[in-house]
Amino acid sequence: MSASATQTVRPLRRRWGRFSPTASLTILALLAVGVVVLFMTLEARGSWSFIIPFRGRKVLGMALVGTSIAASTVMFQTITNNRILTPSIMGFDALYMLIQTCLVFFLGSNRLLQIGVNTKFAVEVLIMMAFSAVLYYFLFVVGQRSLHLLVLVGIVFGLMIRSFTNLLQRVMDPTEFAVLQDLGFASFNSIDRNLLLISSAVLVVVLVGMWRMRYTLDLLALGREMAINLGVNYQRSVMIVLGATTALVAISTALVGPITFFGLLVANLAYALVRSYRHGVIIVAAALLAIITLVGGQMVLERVFSFDTSLSVIVEFVGGLVFIYLLVKGVVR
Amino acid sequence: MIVPQPRPKLARTFLVLGVAVVLILALVSVTIGAYELSIAELLDFENLRANLVLLVSRVPRTIAIILVGMSMGVAGMLMQMLSRNKFVSPSTAGTLEAASLGILVVTMFAPNSSVFFKILVSSLFALAGTALLLAILRRVPLRSPLVVPLLGIMLGGVIAAFTTFLAYRYNFLQSLAAWTNGDFSRVLRGRYELLWLSGGLTLLAYIAADRFTVAGMGEAFTKNLGVNYGRIVALGLTIVSLITAVNVVTVGAIPFIGLVVPNVVSMLIGDNVRRAIPWLAVFGAGFVLACDILGRTIRYPFEIPIGTVIGFVGGALFLGMLLRRSSRVG
Repeated sequence: MSASATQTVRPLRRRWGRFSPTASLTILALLAVGVVVLFMTLEARGSWSFIIPFRGRKVLGMALVGTSIAASTVMFQTITNNRILTPSIMGFDALYMLIQTCLVFFLGSNRLLQIGVNTKFAVEVLIMMAFSAVLYYFLFVVGQRSLHLLVLVGIVFGLMIRSFTNLLQRVMDPTEFAVLQDLGFASFNSIDRNLLLISSAVLVVVLVGMWRMRYTLDLLALGREMAINLGVNYQRSVMIVLGATTALVAISTALVGPITFFGLLVANLAYALVRSYRHGVIIVAAALLAIITLVGGQMVLERVFSFDTSLSVIVEFVGGLVFIYLLVKGVVR
Repeated sequence: MIVPQPRPKLARTFLVLGVAVVLILALVSVTIGAYELSIAELLDFENLRANLVLLVSRVPRTIAIILVGMSMGVAGMLMQMLSRNKFVSPSTAGTLEAASLGILVVTMFAPNSSVFFKILVSSLFALAGTALLLAILRRVPLRSPLVVPLLGIMLGGVIAAFTTFLAYRYNFLQSLAAWTNGDFSRVLRGRYELLWLSGGLTLLAYIAADRFTVAGMGEAFTKNLGVNYGRIVALGLTIVSLITAVNVVTVGAIPFIGLVVPNVVSMLIGDNVRRAIPWLAVFGAGFVLACDILGRTIRYPFEIPIGTVIGFVGGALFLGMLLRRSSRVG
């Protein structure tokens, strides 16, 4: 597997290396627009007044999820200084599911429905942020010791949290469980309109904030000592970026549930395709790639193979292989 | 590496104590269930209804738990000796997932084949999965012992994704769920007896125990003693994959047993396989029994499948092990 992968990656990089970052971004943007237009119009029989809102909501959902996963992964990899860790590999999205389950379990569905989607989402994000402070400790105290240990701890932590969530869900009252299922396990075909609105708002706020911080991100990518040397308030910036990452993970998990390897896939593809270390370029490229992959993949699966929900399974498969490849090639120090 | 050497007499006392604990747990396990069964009723042989519940459901279940705990513990230890890595086990080397894939394939292409054929195919897949991991490892310069379980878990994930895809495509998702999440509630008289096979394999491992101890000291050392290293590895991997396949076919995959049990035993009494196997058996059986009792009492009279309980308890123990070990090793 390793031999064939190098053969496909290297020529790609050589060919793309000729384009300037702006040119590659333009190409990616055109591709993304093309895929979206195709998705909206392909085999569109029936009235447009139905198709446009129906498919539009799906595309918007996929764009939101793709962008938040791509941006959060790139940012996370920048502050942790490696290209193999992602928030979902560290168990962030499993944690989100656990918080969701705990809220239903301890508060009860009635009170939760009274609170409303927006407040609930805000509460969940706040709890996640508190947890990410604990994670921050782990990242920089355990991570200093060994990155492998950190990844392994993250994976096992994720497995454990998933089992615990499963356990709580089994102990739960069946009617409560039905509510939880409605809340948590959406797919691209059934995205809640309210949730779509609030997530777009959060995403825009976070992205604007990160855009203004893009040069700081470039510096953070150089490593802790160098960043401090160049005058970055390291502790504070890392906390802000980690907070932003957490919010983005919450968005994508709330919308479609966990997709473990997607971020790893698009982030590494973006590093390989765009020869730039500027976050303004990489994040945008990764987000565009994510949109192309999600919308394009969903379209191919739906129209060509007539599947509907197995895209995440394919992503897990390919992403797992990429992870093994990265591990074997020694991208991890 | 320092191998703690407890005084033999003391060790034997502890072992006897362990057996007693397992027996008590087994007794508790027999009395728990939706049909109330007290110890007094247990001893009343005239009570036909109680006898029926006992013989058809409770006793087979308890035996199954003990056999699974014992054999998975031993399988984990064998894998750790052969790979010379403390973090390798059926659930961290893709073995469990490959075994599941094997069952799926056999169910798809030869649905009417006998159970033995299914086990055979499944164990061949398990063997291939484990061998694949070992082959990848041979190509990777080992920078850290932690890379091994990392690669293994990922490989397992990839195999599992492929299995899910196949099952999804050909409408086998529901049957797949039966053997990917371990569950003892399906165990009844007539549906668990295959597990005696893994009991037999455990015994075989005990007979060949010294060879595995030697293999655990490395290939060069083994050859130096005039022992055929390749043959030991082949024997060990065959035992491991057969045990895994039998367990997955009858009760489904249960994570972490093969990881947690041997590590605790190794910390207590060291890496001599012959001395370790009785401990593995006692500790493995006790661990799974305790977790099963927990899963059955949390939400009595309903049960939580053992795979979920051990996924949490075993995961927590493994995390503790990782952090503790690394704080020492650095």
